[in-house]
Order: sequence, then C-alpha cells, then structure tokens
Amino acid sequence: MTASASHPSQPLPLGSGISDRLSKKASRHVKERIIEGLLFSAAAFSVFVTIAIVYVLVKESWVFFETVPLSDFLFDTQWTPLFDDAHYGIMVLLSGTLTSSAVALLVAIPLGTIIAIYLSEFAGFKVREIAKPFLELLGGVPTIVYGYFALTFLTPILQTIYPDLPGFNLLSAGLVMGIMIIPYVASLSEDAMRAVPMSLREGSYAMGATRLQTALWVVTPAATSGIASAYILGISRAVGETMILAVAAGMQPNLTFNPTEPGATITSYIVQVALGDLPHGSIGYQTIFAAGLTLLLMTLFFNLLGYWLRKRFREVY
Amino acid sequence: MEAGVEGTLLKAEVRDLDFFYGAFHALKRVSMPIYDHKVTALIGPSGCGKSTLLRCFNRMHDLYPGNRYAGGGIVLHPDDTNLLAPGVDPIEVRMRISMVFQKPNPFPKSIYENVAYSLRVRGMTNKSELDDRVESALKGAALWGEVSNRLKELGANLSGGQQQRLCIARALASDPEIILFDEPTSALDPIATASIEELITELKEKVTILIVTHNMQQAARISDFTGYMYLGEMVEFGVTDQVFIKPQKKATEDYITGRFG
Repeated sequence: MTASASHPSQPLPLGSGISDRLSKKASRHVKERIIEGLLFSAAAFSVFVTIAIVYVLVKESWVFFETVPLSDFLFDTQWTPLFDDAHYGIMVLLSGTLTSSAVALLVAIPLGTIIAIYLSEFAGFKVREIAKPFLELLGGVPTIVYGYFALTFLTPILQTIYPDLPGFNLLSAGLVMGIMIIPYVASLSEDAMRAVPMSLREGSYAMGATRLQTALWVVTPAATSGIASAYILGISRAVGETMILAVAAGMQPNLTFNPTEPGATITSYIVQVALGDLPHGSIGYQTIFAAGLTLLLMTLFFNLLGYWLRKRFREVY
Repeated sequence: MEAGVEGTLLKAEVRDLDFFYGAFHALKRVSMPIYDHKVTALIGPSGCGKSTLLRCFNRMHDLYPGNRYAGGGIVLHPDDTNLLAPGVDPIEVRMRISMVFQKPNPFPKSIYENVAYSLRVRGMTNKSELDDRVESALKGAALWGEVSNRLKELGANLSGGQQQRLCIARALASDPEIILFDEPTSALDPIATASIEELITELKEKVTILIVTHNMQQAARISDFTGYMYLGEMVEFGVTDQVFIKPQKKATEDYITGRFG
C-alpha cells in the first residue's frame, strides 16, 4: 500500500476508457428494471387495497357519525337501528363479540398450547407427521359447517346438561369457534417451539431435567414471542369470525356477558344488515360501516399488540 | 497404561464400548479408565468419535432416535454399575454426570435462574438454600465477582466467556461427580479460553473432568490423562506427558506433531 501511494497518481479512465467486457449491458439492465417494477406493483397493490378499505370505512362512518353522536355510539345500552326508536349503542354488539371470543379463547389457548407442547416435545416423528396435517385440516373446515355443528349437535348436547339453555346461544358458538381456532394456535406455537435450538434442550436435559420440565421451563419461555403471536392470531380469528355466530348465536342484539344467552356480534350484525333489504344510504345501512370500523380498530389493536409482544420477547439464541 | 497412576482411584471405566448412529459404527470396542479428581482429555481429528464417547457418559444419545449402544458399557464407581444398562434411568445418570457444551447455551432466564435450574429440576424450592447453592456455584465458576450485583439480568447479556462460565456454574450447582466438557473453549477468544482452562484446573479439586478438545496444546496444558481416538477407536491412552512426549504409537505421534489431522 505504502509503495503504491508514493507513486504519482494517474487520472482514472472515465467514460470511453471502459473496456467492452466491463461495460453495463443495456438488455440486462432493462430486464432487471421490468422485474423490479412487477414486484413493486404486486407489493403496492396490497397496500393500495388496504388503504382503499380503510378509506371507504372511514368515509361511510363519517356519514353515520354526522347523524349519530359518538357518545351515543359508545355509551348507549341499546342497539336498535332498525326500529322506529333507533338506538346505536355498539356496546351491545361488542359484548357479544367479547363474550363469544372469550369462550372460544378459553378453549383454544389451553388446548392449542398443550397440543403444541405435545407435538413439539413429546410426539415421535411419525405421530407428528400424521397428526399435524389432520390438525391443519381442522382449520380448513368451512366455518358454516362449524356453525351448523354448533347449532344442531353441540347445543342439544349442552341442553341435556343445562336444560334452560336457549337454542341460540353464545356458549355453543364460542366453544365451536374455539375448536376452529385450535389449529392456528397449536400449529404456530409448535413452529415457535420447534425453532428453539436443540442446544437449549440439550442443556436442560444435561442438567437432569425431565421432558416436561424441559418443555415448560426452557422451550416454552424461549418460544414466548412466537407463542404470543399465535395467541394474537387466535384472538383476531375469534373477533372476526362471522358464520358460526350468525348461525348458532341468534343474531339478537343483547347487552350481556353471559354466554348462555343468545346474542349478536359485530360481524353477525353486519351479515344480517348486508343481506337484509335496508335501502342503501339509509342510516340503518350506514351502521354497518361504523360497526366495521370498530372491528377494524379492534383487530388493528391486537395486531399492534402482537407486533409489540414479538419485539419485546424476541429471543436471541 | 497403568504407569504413573499410583494413588489415583478409578471413577469410571469404559469397557469394550460399541456405539452406532443408525448403521454407522461410531465407536469400536473403546476402552479407557477415568481417574477420580483428574482431568482426562480426548483428542483426535474431526469425526473420530471423541464427542460421541463423551456423550455416552450422560446418555445424551438417548434423546435421538436411531442411536444404539451395541455392547460393552461404562462402569461408574463406586456403584460398579453400567451406565448404559437398560434398567438405568438416564435422568439419574445426568444428575450425577453434568455437562458443559461447545457453544455457551444459557437458558433464556436470569443469571440466577440459570444456575438454580439444575437445582429446581431436582425439586429444590427453599429460597435460602437455593441462594446459597447459586452463590457457591458462581464462586466455583469464578463468576461471582462479576455478576453478584446483576443476578436478575438475562444470562444472554453476558459476554461469551462469562456465558460459558455461567454454564459451568450451572453444571456445578448440583454437585455432580463428573463434568463433561465438549470443546468448551472452541467458541471463545484466547483470553476467555485461558480463564476457562484455569478454572478447569481448579475444578478437579472437586470433580472428575472429562474434556473433548480440538486443541492439542490445551490438552497438554490442562489434562492429566489423554486418549487419542481415530476412526472410532481408542488408539492410545496414557498419562498426558507421556502421550505428548513419548507416544507409543506411530499414529499418535503423527497426529500430535501435526503431520496428520
């Protein structure tokens, strides 16, 4: 280096001085740009659609909130937009959504986690190879099938235990919804646990730990961020689920946190109105945009929470 | 082989051990003694079976399907019991024979909980007893001075050498009889390596040590006995000074002098 630095510096060859073998090739350059453009438009499309959806929801909700004050929307205890004496208390629908989701998560989170621990830490290779596709199939069953399963199979069984249970109820819909969500929770949690490096497990076993101790004290904490995302996805599925509730929970707006009662959720209300014969542009019709916006904000909240949890608990192995 | 071992007791003996990974014959009729409160080093080129042999001692191979102990065994004294016998519980073995790995692998827990782990798995819950044992293990691993006021921090926040000493403390906490070291310094810088080597030399006051190393100088520096392995066989075993200065076998001499491997 020092030797060359002492040489008098010569001007760098510029422009015409570049040899043919090293010069930029126009055809390759154009091809690269076309591919880059295609990839960019694919990515931009999804962003555009998201923005468009939010735009429509906000615009239509704006119309709604010009008639109905926000305080009524948030604090009124009745939801009767189709009656002459209309009330627009979203709490009524929200209570149905929260109650049914809570029931579903009480089923899906414990069962899903246990299944994940079993598949990741206890099951042999063959069992896992067979069980996992079946589990994922459970998530592929159309939700309308789950809805009728709740209405015509589970509710009658629950009624033999609890005779006062109405034919439409949040409990049965929530339980079945929980079954539907299990595969999401189990599969993602299992992926997170399997991603925990073998060296951590070996470290635990080498200290004389049993499989259960290793699974609960080392693998699960190490996979916390992935498991938390699995739970958040489960919550989002529960909050957004429509068909099971529309079929099995009764679509009656009902301000209650008691799962043995019938109730409407935000989603099932939207289905009801969207399929009904309310004239477009009427205030009753506008309610579905306000309800949809509420739903969007809820899932956005959970997604942000999931994002935060992932960052907060991300493990550096 | 017995030269220079007066006054030393046998802690364990490998006898005619055969081991298979599936169809691969990884250990071929390996025999060697492990002396009490001594450092025994296993050297040899990659793939010679030294780590495989080490991992037989705490039944680590049991964790994976397809591994097979196929004859012979490891007799642990004073029990006179073959560790590899079918009726032996691997967890009981690991309670008495602990291990430190190649790459530091602290659990995603606090420094305190990392060390307490090997006590908690044994069902110890008494807070003051745990505190005492954690402190003495960290002192034993020459880490206490550096971490005594940050026990609640994550183990992963420590430097590589500190993490490895944390793993040694974790292995020490349960008072094992033997500690297995699987190339414990290969992921560390020279200074951290020197401190781990010094620590190993001190530790033999308390425990018997079996160490696998790629580094022949390391084996020469810290071990009392050395076994040279090649292609799954124990080529030569003896007092470290003799193995390094006057190896009995040509193959050992070639490896040690760097003509091969």
